[in-house]
Amino acid sequence: MTQLALVIDLNVCVGCHACVTSCKEWNTSGLAGSLVDERPYDRDPTGTFFNRVQTFEVGEFPNTQTVHFPKSCLHCEDPPCVPVCPTGASFKRPEDGLVLVDYDKCIGCKYCAWACPYGVRELDEDRKVMGKCTLCVDRIDNEALPEAERKPACVLACPTNARLFGDIHDTESVVSRAIRENGGYQLMPEWGTQPANHYLPRRKTELRIHRDELDRADNPLKIDGLLPKPPVKDPSLDDVTSW
Amino acid sequence: MRPAFSVIFLTTLIGVGQGLFLALYAAELGARLSWLPRQTANFYVAGSVIALVFLAVGLFASFFHLGRPERAWRTAAMWRTSWLSREVIVLPAFMAIVFAYGVFHFLGYRGTIALGTLGVIVCVALFVCTAMIYACIRFLQEWASPLTIANFILLGAASGYTLAAAYALVEAPVLIEVYAKWAIVFTLLALCSRIATLARNARIRPRSTLQTAIGVKHPRIEQKAQGFMGGSFNTREFFHGRTPDVVRGVKWGFLVLAFPVPVALLAAGVFWDVPMLILTAFVIQYAGLLAERWFFFAQARHPQNLYYQAMS
Repeated sequence: MTQLALVIDLNVCVGCHACVTSCKEWNTSGLAGSLVDERPYDRDPTGTFFNRVQTFEVGEFPNTQTVHFPKSCLHCEDPPCVPVCPTGASFKRPEDGLVLVDYDKCIGCKYCAWACPYGVRELDEDRKVMGKCTLCVDRIDNEALPEAERKPACVLACPTNARLFGDIHDTESVVSRAIRENGGYQLMPEWGTQPANHYLPRRKTELRIHRDELDRADNPLKIDGLLPKPPVKDPSLDDVTSW
Repeated sequence: MRPAFSVIFLTTLIGVGQGLFLALYAAELGARLSWLPRQTANFYVAGSVIALVFLAVGLFASFFHLGRPERAWRTAAMWRTSWLSREVIVLPAFMAIVFAYGVFHFLGYRGTIALGTLGVIVCVALFVCTAMIYACIRFLQEWASPLTIANFILLGAASGYTLAAAYALVEAPVLIEVYAKWAIVFTLLALCSRIATLARNARIRPRSTLQTAIGVKHPRIEQKAQGFMGGSFNTREFFHGRTPDVVRGVKWGFLVLAFPVPVALLAAGVFWDVPMLILTAFVIQYAGLLAERWFFFAQARHPQNLYYQAMS
């Protein structure tokens, strides 16, 4: 079984909102569009977005960390929003695990939004149907696009590569490896929704330098001791100058 | 949550209609068992019509909750998983039974007791469906309790019996007293379960915190930006937007209007034989129920609000 998902690296996200704008751009002009903005240049504007970047401050001054936190539909493996839908408009696609809304069946009762603890479903106030992140289903399924571009718009837009996309059920995929090796975790695990999207925690970046790296131990002529070992401070641009 | 008036009217009005039907059926069953005096067919026919009107107005109100009411017929599809879908099936079924119950009495058919028994079963099923729509959302901890179901049943029965007492003024004065007594019993039972709910909800500890919401283990996390400075569905739908004082005022308002005042008016109306007091009891109790339902929605704290605490 396939479960497509995003893995979002909070250690790398700089909070630039490029994923937000690219999501809005693609989804307002693509099959899912348009995502309505009401009074965008007026008093009290309001708009529909499938993706938001929020900012949290962790700790107390002066020991604080600023955490930029992108939030979109987590495509739960056990999505609480799907069984409550009275019309079957909300569904989880069996072949790739995407949680999608059939806009032609949705009656706009908002019950699914109530049943989502993460607040990632937004009612489109113009079309009066529920909208949500589709992981750009119209990109990843689109054979007209080059293979490398069959990814969600947010993933392609991220300048720091903080967003990874892939199948978390494939143990060797880039996302599975990232979750495994960097402590990927799920949001609000207490509700048993098993979000497919994972987040990678903030971690301390350390540069590890070994002694032999400073000594240019990789120079075979030095290792073997065939030649008198020159002082470390001698120029060592190449083998010729160092002996 | 933001209380939606369409749903407030739906749940309170169909509760009254259901309670009134239960009262009609109880009168017929009591008459059949010779516990109560027999009533004319007209009593049941007009009573069924009144119950149907409440149910129909409630159903009509529910359409205002939908973004796309023209697609409402689709809601019957997912009855296997969705309590909302089940309610959408059971409500018209119950209305059909109430209609048939009135028609049977009008035409003098036999079998009204059997039909009424079926109606009671469907009526309870409708109470359960309506309440489970809220009680099944496990992370809305204020709602996710069997007390929600008890409240819907008892409040519906209480308001229905109060209306039945007022209706009996016109059609069956002999039943005023028994209806008023049962209305008082149901109102007091509803008061008990509602106070139990308030006590339970007052000591709920939210299972979701900012720590689990963003997955950072630190006792001190503060939101600095929610990602946008305008409004959105998430900032409107899940906040009642009233001050704590207003919410507290509504709470005391319904605790007074829905319970002690109608009980006192019913008792006084029966004791001194003042019909107007019984009608007033229903009107005041219904107003109290509107406040109760508003508070029911406003009190529920949705975990998504953790993500929308600071504009920028």
